[in-house]
Amino acid sequence: MDQALSSKKIIALYLSPGLLLLLALVYIPIFQTGYFGLMEWNGISQMSFVGLENYALLIRDAAFWDSAWHSLLLAVFSALSLIGYLLISLVLAGKIKGANFLRKIYLIPMLLASVAIAQLWMKIYHPTNGILNTMLMAIGISDPPAWLAEPSLALFAIFIPIIWQYAGFYILIFYAALKNIPESLVESAKIDGASAWDIAWKIKVPLIMNVIKVTIVLAVVGSLKYFDLIYVMTNGGPNGASEVMASYMYGQAFSRFDFGYASAIGFFLLVICLMITWLIRKVTVTDEDIQY
Amino acid sequence: MRNEALTEKQTALARRKAAEQSKGKVRHKISMTLLYIVLAIVGVFQIFPLVWLVLFSLKNNQEVFELSPFALPATPRWENYVRVWTEGNISLYFFNSVIYTGSAVILTLLFASMATFALTRMKFKKKSLFLGLFMVGLMIPVHSTLIPLFDTFSKLDLINHPLSIIITYTAFNLPITIMILYGFYQVLPHEVEEAAIMDGASVHRIFFRITLPMTAPVLATAAIINMIYNWNEFVFINTFISADNFKTLTVGIQNFIGQYSTDWGAIGATLVISILPILIAFIFLSDRIVEGISAGSVKG
Repeated sequence: MDQALSSKKIIALYLSPGLLLLLALVYIPIFQTGYFGLMEWNGISQMSFVGLENYALLIRDAAFWDSAWHSLLLAVFSALSLIGYLLISLVLAGKIKGANFLRKIYLIPMLLASVAIAQLWMKIYHPTNGILNTMLMAIGISDPPAWLAEPSLALFAIFIPIIWQYAGFYILIFYAALKNIPESLVESAKIDGASAWDIAWKIKVPLIMNVIKVTIVLAVVGSLKYFDLIYVMTNGGPNGASEVMASYMYGQAFSRFDFGYASAIGFFLLVICLMITWLIRKVTVTDEDIQY
Repeated sequence: MRNEALTEKQTALARRKAAEQSKGKVRHKISMTLLYIVLAIVGVFQIFPLVWLVLFSLKNNQEVFELSPFALPATPRWENYVRVWTEGNISLYFFNSVIYTGSAVILTLLFASMATFALTRMKFKKKSLFLGLFMVGLMIPVHSTLIPLFDTFSKLDLINHPLSIIITYTAFNLPITIMILYGFYQVLPHEVEEAAIMDGASVHRIFFRITLPMTAPVLATAAIINMIYNWNEFVFINTFISADNFKTLTVGIQNFIGQYSTDWGAIGATLVISILPILIAFIFLSDRIVEGISAGSVKG
């Protein structure tokens, strides 16, 4: 019976469609991006080799570093908001009636297209008829700001729908992890007289540390790649105030047709994402495989 | 005498204890109520924007500007929906979304199942290397592949061609799908498949007739997750498709809303149409969606 299941031909046949697609459309392109980053190229005419010139330009490009700073801010905000999601999950995973229903309700925004979410929140932020300013005026604030047009507010205003979109996702992950903790551990701590607070922070949170680590990677790397919502809501504006790395790269490529420079940014983005994934896993090292 | 004093003391003690207990109960009740209020506020925050969206999709501009945002219009203006569906290209975009999403889901499930079958059922060396090759895809930012893909598709004349979209969606969803399937395949007993091999069935027969049907539940989970990702995808379609007749809803509503930027009812109706399939899927398949998102949470 082993014969059929170890036939090299059949194994190759079953693995190759997926592997070839991934090679052609994901893995080879990232090397090409690295290669294009060494070129001067407008996407149409012949490319010419310029070595590391694009990267030299990148280091001196203040607009790029602004966008990188905004990406970093988003990453920090997103990582910090995990604390809030964790608190909600701790409550939800206690003996709460309707917890299952609630966590599903929380999840709904995450299932919707970022483009639709962006359009909806543009309406919410609409300076005169949006629900936010309508409510602010109703409680007596006569001159509420035009959120997305205000350079000092735009990035913050974009972060609110991001929270709205992803809250349910992280709550779902934390909730599932918390529900996996054996009841007996919590019970014995209760018998020893531990308070609910102590049980949460000294028993439950350390037990799900590996999951928390994964969510930190997801939140940080996800923020660094963040694109759709910002592209639609502000396209990086006003005046670059909400530009992030991905939207900056996209603009350099498909508005300014500087494909070589955009490739350099794309490659930089890849390296940063891989490095940060590695770094967070390294820094937040815990005792792997905690024994219950 | 002595005894009486003792019992008095005891009853006093018992009374105090009971009082403390009921105080604790009250405190517990108050804190539970507070927690419920917090959870409910979070729920309202998550749902309210969508309710508001549905409300203004049923109003005309005058009603949007003059009525309270929470008020229902006197007569709901369903004609907003009729108008955007028939006047613009929304029905075409919708159809394209269905075609691209459906084709990519089928291809992804088939290729991912084949790969997972090989990785968990067949016998060869360096399995973990191959599994790793599939999983690395989870960490690649889309933007780092965009320019080469655009270049390749231009050379192959696949810009403004549905094929570029379908194969890209398929490739980028393979890692997450294999991840979801892999867990299920690992715990699925091998006995039925082994018995079939004893009976001399071919590998293909086993895969198509036994393994695929047995994995139907996890395939459903993976399918709904894939459907959501594809339906909502924006970057690839925005980059590879510029011809109006090949656009999907995510890009199409962009243009459409650009044209109708002051007509709130039309915009609302368009947005509701674009998210409706996902909401309907959610109502009927929420457990599967929750399961799929938990199983594939590395994607994010």
